[in-house]
Amino acid sequence: MAQMVDDDPRIIEFDVRTDEMLVNMGPQHPSTHGVLRLVLRTDGEIVSQVESHIGYLHRCAEKIGENLTPRQWIPYTDRMDYLAAMNMNLGWSLTVEKLMRYQVSEKARHLRVLIAELGRLASHLVGMGAYGLDLGTFSPFLYAFREREKILDLFEETCGARLTYSYLTVGGATADLPPGWLEKCEAFLDQFTPLIAEYHSLLTTNAIFVKRTAAIGILSEALAIDYGCSGPVLRGSGVDQDLRRDGESIYTSMYDGYAFEVVVQKNGHYPRDHAYPPVPREAVVGDSWHRFYVRMLEVVQSVDLIRQAMDRYSACRGPLGEPLKINEKLPVGDAYLETECPRGQMGFYLVGDGTPIPWRARARSSSFSNLSVLHELCRGCLIADVPAIVGSLDIVMGEIDR
Amino acid sequence: MADFLIHTGGLPDWIAWAITASLAAFFILNVIAGGALAFIWAERKIAARIQDRLGPTRTGGKFGWLQSLADGIKLLTKEDLMPDGADGLLFRLAPYVSFCASFAAFIALPFAFDFVGQRLNVGVFFVIAVLGLEVFGVILAGYASASKWSLFGAMREAAQVVSYEVPLGMCVVVPVMLAGSMDLVTIGEKQAGWFFQWYLFHDPFTFITFWIYVTCAVASVNRAPFDLAEAESELVAGFHTEYSGLRWSFFFMAEYGSMFLVSALAAILFLGGWNGPVPVASLLGLSDGSGDTTGYFVRLAGCANLMTKATLGVLIMMWVRWTLPRLRIDQVMTTCLKYCTPIAAVMFVGAMLWTLALPGGFFRGLGRPAGEIREGWLLGPGGMSLQVQKNGEAPPSSSRFEQSESPVSQVGL
Repeated sequence: MAQMVDDDPRIIEFDVRTDEMLVNMGPQHPSTHGVLRLVLRTDGEIVSQVESHIGYLHRCAEKIGENLTPRQWIPYTDRMDYLAAMNMNLGWSLTVEKLMRYQVSEKARHLRVLIAELGRLASHLVGMGAYGLDLGTFSPFLYAFREREKILDLFEETCGARLTYSYLTVGGATADLPPGWLEKCEAFLDQFTPLIAEYHSLLTTNAIFVKRTAAIGILSEALAIDYGCSGPVLRGSGVDQDLRRDGESIYTSMYDGYAFEVVVQKNGHYPRDHAYPPVPREAVVGDSWHRFYVRMLEVVQSVDLIRQAMDRYSACRGPLGEPLKINEKLPVGDAYLETECPRGQMGFYLVGDGTPIPWRARARSSSFSNLSVLHELCRGCLIADVPAIVGSLDIVMGEIDR
Repeated sequence: MADFLIHTGGLPDWIAWAITASLAAFFILNVIAGGALAFIWAERKIAARIQDRLGPTRTGGKFGWLQSLADGIKLLTKEDLMPDGADGLLFRLAPYVSFCASFAAFIALPFAFDFVGQRLNVGVFFVIAVLGLEVFGVILAGYASASKWSLFGAMREAAQVVSYEVPLGMCVVVPVMLAGSMDLVTIGEKQAGWFFQWYLFHDPFTFITFWIYVTCAVASVNRAPFDLAEAESELVAGFHTEYSGLRWSFFFMAEYGSMFLVSALAAILFLGGWNGPVPVASLLGLSDGSGDTTGYFVRLAGCANLMTKATLGVLIMMWVRWTLPRLRIDQVMTTCLKYCTPIAAVMFVGAMLWTLALPGGFFRGLGRPAGEIREGWLLGPGGMSLQVQKNGEAPPSSSRFEQSESPVSQVGL
């Protein structure tokens, strides 16, 4: 009997096997981007399972939206994706306008493009810098913040706030741009554009950075679509989808006449990619490196769009137009609209019942869908890869939990 | 000094030795602690400049130079926290183990000829071995903290440091082989003269060895991009997650102490030690031999030389830290096992063959100018058996090299 036990290979395996360990990453952890909690099942350094727990930043924003008029709810949209508050304002405003069949003036349209793209620029700068932080390099983070500060200065001049703007609102914007603003914006762009190469040399082409991100967390095209990923995460997987081009007409008409190419890899090339560092050999479409790179290219794209918007805005004569009254009655009906926010397709849903206060206000978060794919990406990776993958999804917990 | 106390002061031997040892320890401790404070301040300023910030500007006047001291006082006054589940004794012991290991290695580190706490005939071995003990403190800290992050950090540190000691040791053996001695003072003295006498420029193999040494040294003291034991974006703070206040600062000081130590070691082994790039003292006809006042000042200048080189090394480590992302643990191990170790081994063999074929090194014959090796200089207390020419009998420089640097004549230790 004893002999049999000794010969049983399972017994020996049991003797030498290592224990699995459950590690709690977050909600207080330097690289979970706020209050995300990840439960990692690890065997040594290897992660076999990742489970994300959310809800630590839930503030009942949607329920509050059923007790306020749409314009009063604008500040709550600020606090969803607080890194791209302008884009959130815009998304909600457009949804309300869609329900009311309201069209803003030509000048307001170009102003919105200008502000939204600046917001995208600021957001991607944080995404880029924070990603460096996740990989253990601190300096690019501060370089990114240095530039973002200047955008925040510009935003501050438009509305007085530096993070939660409530600037773009239903029916246009709360105020026109102050005099001299366009010159300052132009000066910022001129100063910022040459610095992009610096970020590429510190991160994109850095050998260690490539080693840490290339072929890590590969999100296949099919998987990305299955999980409803959007934004740079989706385009990083090679899906040619950008709501600024493919969205509903009320949103795409904003970008009518603007020249831009969707940043996605086609036939192994990104649009106009000769100007940027080449894709390293190790990188696979859909990995963390590509998600990061798409963001970097969108920065350039946004700079382009801002310049175009500035030209068009300054060509517009006449007033910007007043925003709608705060207690404007909503028509009976519902409207759903998704817009291309920096982190992906942010949807707002609104049901009006003839009163100024919507019967329902709901938000569909892009980060939520992007985060949901995390357990697929992290299967079998190392602990150090978890921040690298979470960072490449560029989530904002305020938007996920609302 | 002990002799002085015994003979002049009439004290019993053991008291004299105890006083001497305490004084020496006091000086070394203060030099290193002061150095650590200075380096921490420098790191803050350098990081700030690299990142387009100002860094500390207020504390202590113009450049915030008292910031480290203020932080030290803050750390002293902090509450002494220990997790409930921690192993109390080991948790308290761990910072001291790290700290002592890092600082004890300074005992054998010469700052200039004869400026050394205790000259050891196995100095190199001692320094590397004692420095390696630092990892025990880290493992203890990780084990005793009762935190999974600490445990991860400790295990990483154990794997990393133990692996990197292999190529590090091989790199260190190369200058040892060239000098024919493990005595750091001898190794430094062998490189006297112009900068091309430094072992860095001895031959192509030593040149490459130096860079391997730098990589391994950065890895063995846990600095970026090899700072996996405390990788803050992955492991919160790694092995010192649960530490705060003064205990934490001991780890911190140990880190800076080790940084300086490996830089100083690099300076002695490869960069001529306390010998400047131009042998000013020899050209002026000054001697740094023991005894006279001039010699004392020459040695003081040599001390400054070594400090400069070591500080430069530390500054480069800081520069690297604030520029590069962190490697992953498997990549760190790959770097060590697949690249550093084989290259170091090849360099070791190459340097050995080179020394056999061309004993004088690459710049052989370009000659040391005036400096002469005097009898007795190289005869360390541990009974060095280097063959040294007597003063005055020295033949022209090239043949002297063959005598003193041929590996055949250097079977010592």
